[in-house]
Amino acid sequence: MSKLTFARAINAGLRKSLENDPKVVLMGEDIGSLGGVFRVTDGLQKDFGKHRVIDSPLAESGIIGTAVGLAYRGYRPVCEIQFDGFIYPAFDQIVSQVAKMHYRTQGRVKMPITIRVPFGGGIGSPEHHSESPEAYFTHTSGLRVVAVSNPQDAYTMIQQAIASDDPVLYFEPKRRYHDKGDVDETLDLSTALPLDKAAVVSTGSDVTLVAYGPLVKTAKDAALAAADEGISVEVIDLRSLAPVDYPVVEASVRKTGRLVITHEAGQSGGLGAEIAASITERCFHYLESAPVRITGFDVPYPYSKLEMHHLPDLDRILDGVDRALGRHNSLSGLEG
Amino acid sequence: MLTDQAGKGVDHHAPGPGKSAQIPLRTGGDLLQLVSPDGERISHPEFDIWVKDIGDEHLCSLYEDMTVIRRIDAEATALQRQGELALWPPLLGQEAAQIGSSRSLRDDDFVFPSYRESGVAYVRGAHLSEIARVWRGNASYGWDPLRINLATPQIIIGSQSLHATGYAMGVQLDGANTAVLAYFGDGATSEGDVNEAMVFAASYQAPVVFFCQNNHWAISEPVRVQSHVQLADRPTGFGIPSMRVDGNDVLAVMAATRVALDRARKGGGPTFIEAVTYRMGPHTTADDPTRYRDPIELEDWAAKDPILRLRKLLEAKGLLTDDVEARVKSKADAVAAELRSSCIDMPDPQPLDVFNHVYSTPNSWIERQKHHYSRYLNSFNQPAEEGAL
Repeated sequence: MSKLTFARAINAGLRKSLENDPKVVLMGEDIGSLGGVFRVTDGLQKDFGKHRVIDSPLAESGIIGTAVGLAYRGYRPVCEIQFDGFIYPAFDQIVSQVAKMHYRTQGRVKMPITIRVPFGGGIGSPEHHSESPEAYFTHTSGLRVVAVSNPQDAYTMIQQAIASDDPVLYFEPKRRYHDKGDVDETLDLSTALPLDKAAVVSTGSDVTLVAYGPLVKTAKDAALAAADEGISVEVIDLRSLAPVDYPVVEASVRKTGRLVITHEAGQSGGLGAEIAASITERCFHYLESAPVRITGFDVPYPYSKLEMHHLPDLDRILDGVDRALGRHNSLSGLEG
Repeated sequence: MLTDQAGKGVDHHAPGPGKSAQIPLRTGGDLLQLVSPDGERISHPEFDIWVKDIGDEHLCSLYEDMTVIRRIDAEATALQRQGELALWPPLLGQEAAQIGSSRSLRDDDFVFPSYRESGVAYVRGAHLSEIARVWRGNASYGWDPLRINLATPQIIIGSQSLHATGYAMGVQLDGANTAVLAYFGDGATSEGDVNEAMVFAASYQAPVVFFCQNNHWAISEPVRVQSHVQLADRPTGFGIPSMRVDGNDVLAVMAATRVALDRARKGGGPTFIEAVTYRMGPHTTADDPTRYRDPIELEDWAAKDPILRLRKLLEAKGLLTDDVEARVKSKADAVAAELRSSCIDMPDPQPLDVFNHVYSTPNSWIERQKHHYSRYLNSFNQPAEEGAL
């Protein structure tokens, strides 16, 4: 067991994949001698060579489009999109090619491509550096979408993503890159929790709180704070956003009867809406109150002096917990 | 199988110069032509050597392939009109560009086509039913791409140029001497992906050939809407050598393609070929070119018809005997008959096939929807419950 930062944990996972499979290649902007703008690929080009850790031209569609060709040739490309807001030039290649190739060729051609995306806000950046675009991709059939919340998962799930024969969007919470945690580097991938499974990270009995990526830590903190008031919150780290592991969420909601979902992305058409609808369909009779969404607003990601208002924090989540419980909350007395 | 007899795998032993062909970045607008529209063989000091192995029999087999794919095209168009195909993108007029380029390839080369390269599919060894079934709507793919080293038809314009470049980067990593060829049209040269593909190909010196069939029309938009310079002038800005060839001259197309493939194999990097040809038909069977195209332009190009031109060359050489004509006709008839029967006899997909192969491993969302839809379908087979509404 070693103590690693989030970024080092991903680095260690990438290193292991590069060591174990000669078909793994890394591609991206500035990932070579610089080690990426967040240093996630630090040292990998030096150790594995420029042919396996490839500094690409500044063209996101080009990165993903050439990864499709490399996958056709039998490679397992791991592409880094430098920032969440830079992924859109690659949107067509991801949605029309990466996601559909397996279906189009009825399984003849696999797309074992991993697309790493630092995402989310909280780092005081200018425009396009703090977005949460995951719902565009969870809405796209053919992709697997995951968001990691801690160094151990970051280490394990990057290797699982690379080993997956299906394309995986791997969202990394960039504001957590420097958080440290225990990482068991000897963990056997075959016995680790599968990539498409959610995890209950705090058990509780009054409210189910669903989070992923950067907000898992916030949600756990909120659960601790709620406990001080005698409220027992069960926190679920979704890990997989497509598919969502509904059986785990269902089991929790059947127990608690209340559901709060939180994400940084805007509310309308977001993942929270999908989870609220699905859980309502699947366990309507167990629900004691309407599902609550605590999310970013339906605005462009704001300039950094305002981002603390946009991002769900501990207090906003607790306000949502109160709403789910029918306790006094900021919307008490409001109709609709 | 008739399609297995397509003349593939024998033409690539080009007796070109021993080392990688040195072609300069082009500066002028010269059009490489080895056969004039009147069927006259034009000698060329640099390119003749690339087609000197093409003897009488070889010429006749090129004529056969071009005639057969024109027949496939006509039969498929008829099948669409009869409601047997949902759509068909005709290749009429582009036979020399498609046969000349595809017959320059080796079996181990990999090809990334657009949606119009049915002639290339025929040469690569796709079965006729495989060519038809995408357009009948029976499958989202035709052939197994890894069986004949030909990707499935690409509908997003220019997208495949990046796939070809990435594949070529993989070839480099493998240390193989395989070449990769991407087909696209004049309209695609405006797409970001084609330009990004040229950036990547030049940057890594990937063994890829960009084969652009300039057929002058992107649905209703003439090529001048796409570019104010000749298309072959564009790649030079990326540092990619290019050739502008008469795309209706099968020998010129072969010579240029062989040069480009040879460069790729020998580590010379990417090459761009603009094959100047003409889309004599509509964009697809859903299109009506009379709304935007001057019929006189069509007449001008009909006079430069690629098959007519090769016939004239064969006639001048005394090769177009009754025997050859009869053989080619009988082959074309047989291929058309097989295309028709294999199309009409094709089994429909099953309803639950809609859920198959989205992922390579079971996916909980899809499994659930498949299960629910299966129950829904089964509900039609069960008697309504007593008293139910």
